[in-house]
Amino acid sequence: MIAWIDTIVQGVLLGGLYALFAMGLSLMFGVMRLVNIAHGDFILLAAFAGMALVTGLGVSPGIALLVLMPLAFAFGYGLQRGILNFALGRDILPPLLITFGLSIVIQNALLQIFSADTRSIQAGALVTASLHLGEGLAVGWLPLTIFVSAIAVALALQWLFGATRIGRAFRAAADDSEAAQLMGVDNRHIYALATAIAMVVVAIAGVFHGIRTTIAPTDGPALLLYAFEAVVIGGLGSFWGTFAGGVILGVAQSIGFRLDPGWGILVGHLAFLAVLLVKPNGLFPKTR
Amino acid sequence: MDATVKPTFNVLRATRASRAGGIIALILFAVLASLPFWADSSWLRLFAEFACFLVLAQMWNLLAGYGGLVSVGQQAFVGLGGYALVVLANHTTLNPFLCLPLAGLIAALLAVPTALVVFRLQGGYFAIGTWVVAEVYRLLFANASFLGGGSGTSLMALRGIPKATRESITFWIALVLAFGSVALVYWLLRSRQGLALTAIRDSEIAAASQGIDVRAVKFLVYVIAALGAGLAGALYFLSNLRISPDAAFGVNWTAYIIFIVVIGGIGTIEGPIVGTVIYFLLREFFGDFGTWYLMTLGLVAIVVMVKFPKGLWGYAMQRLDLRFFPVQRRVQFLEKETS
Repeated sequence: MIAWIDTIVQGVLLGGLYALFAMGLSLMFGVMRLVNIAHGDFILLAAFAGMALVTGLGVSPGIALLVLMPLAFAFGYGLQRGILNFALGRDILPPLLITFGLSIVIQNALLQIFSADTRSIQAGALVTASLHLGEGLAVGWLPLTIFVSAIAVALALQWLFGATRIGRAFRAAADDSEAAQLMGVDNRHIYALATAIAMVVVAIAGVFHGIRTTIAPTDGPALLLYAFEAVVIGGLGSFWGTFAGGVILGVAQSIGFRLDPGWGILVGHLAFLAVLLVKPNGLFPKTR
Repeated sequence: MDATVKPTFNVLRATRASRAGGIIALILFAVLASLPFWADSSWLRLFAEFACFLVLAQMWNLLAGYGGLVSVGQQAFVGLGGYALVVLANHTTLNPFLCLPLAGLIAALLAVPTALVVFRLQGGYFAIGTWVVAEVYRLLFANASFLGGGSGTSLMALRGIPKATRESITFWIALVLAFGSVALVYWLLRSRQGLALTAIRDSEIAAASQGIDVRAVKFLVYVIAALGAGLAGALYFLSNLRISPDAAFGVNWTAYIIFIVVIGGIGTIEGPIVGTVIYFLLREFFGDFGTWYLMTLGLVAIVVMVKFPKGLWGYAMQRLDLRFFPVQRRVQFLEKETS
């Protein structure tokens, strides 16, 4: 019994990481209907950048993340203004193909620079320290930190969208980009800001992912699928829905891994397909 | 109205290029069919691979270029076709070469339940949804221990067949599939369904308002594309003799196909042919550069998509008005006869 409680608890904590993966994707899709196929590769790019900072400069992962966040912001802004804005439009093909191309470029660039070896970000005692909760039940400080960070990110994004001027512009551009433009919203700038913020979330997700487990340049697509599944399970429209989707996916995978080590990811995928069949709009859709 | 009035126009469906193209295709087919009698066996194997990519590119073009179904999960059906071939050939007494069409049919059959799930998603979400399904199939086969699990299994059924015979038959199958896929897409697009499909490509809402059952047409296209991908997968692993989940269900299949179609020109039949030739030339000359080569492919695809969204063939067609596979109807007005 305690083993199953443990499985669920670990799954929920893993779900926090998936929620971090998913919120950036959800943000970009929500504001400009852009499905970023390179999303997982961006997470890995951030993880490798974090690792390079930690091993190259000898700084702690926390400092590395603080350095990476403004860089990610600038990168996202430039990416949107330089490439992705040209792909947006009625046709869904250009953004999909361009981000697919980016995914291949990033994967191979990482392979070229870091080789195919798996490695991880060294974070000292944080990785192994744990909090004892009771007989046979303990949670690691690291997964707990990630989970709390995910809650903080969801809160911050929800506040940004709901209570700020820029959030209002985001929502306006999402609802009707032409009407928003007529009201003086500069769409290209707004879209670039959305991608910039999404990339900051990606940087947080990437560094945590790099600390939590081993990373290899070709892992990106798997991370994209987890992020996507969390978004669809949760339903579009709110970051809390996406967060819940991440937690459900984490629990499903955790249960799968407990049943058979070869089944973890598969059970996660099957949970996603089951939700899709039963509730195509996700479990917590905000609209309608 | 007088029923005997002659119409004052003709509807033209052929062009000069298409008539010439038909003859060239026949000659090419005859020459290629004789290849096993005089060419080196490495050429036969290369052509078999070429045929796989050509079939896949034609099918993906049909899906994405005409049906508006941008799938990044076609590797699901490549893998299913490949595994169906290996299982049927190894575990039944059927002739291994006859298992190939059956493998294609099995892939098409499995496309039906798959469509039920992925058709719940639209646009970009459909794309990633198809990828998830491909991963589900990959993981299922990776967990199937009687098929060798993650390390895969070999096509043992071809043991007794001499190498030359095996390679010749595989080559002829590849030849038929390559020409057949082009002919199938050409025929389909010239048919009633093709007209519906082109209308859907241009505007889904307008097409629906004209009485086209958009969902049914898309479903048909999805199943046909799965059949093609299944046959291509079966052919590839018939030629390769060994299959593993990572090789069969890898997303690289779709990555290369997308590159081929985008470079060649999406939404044309000539485009995937041009694209496949270019892809094989590039691979022949630059394939040894590994990661740099792949990075360049990705960058080229991005640049082409942004600057030349119609691809090389689309660009050429705009300037030359050259159509080897005319699928449109052209109206030719006749001079009024003076009575």
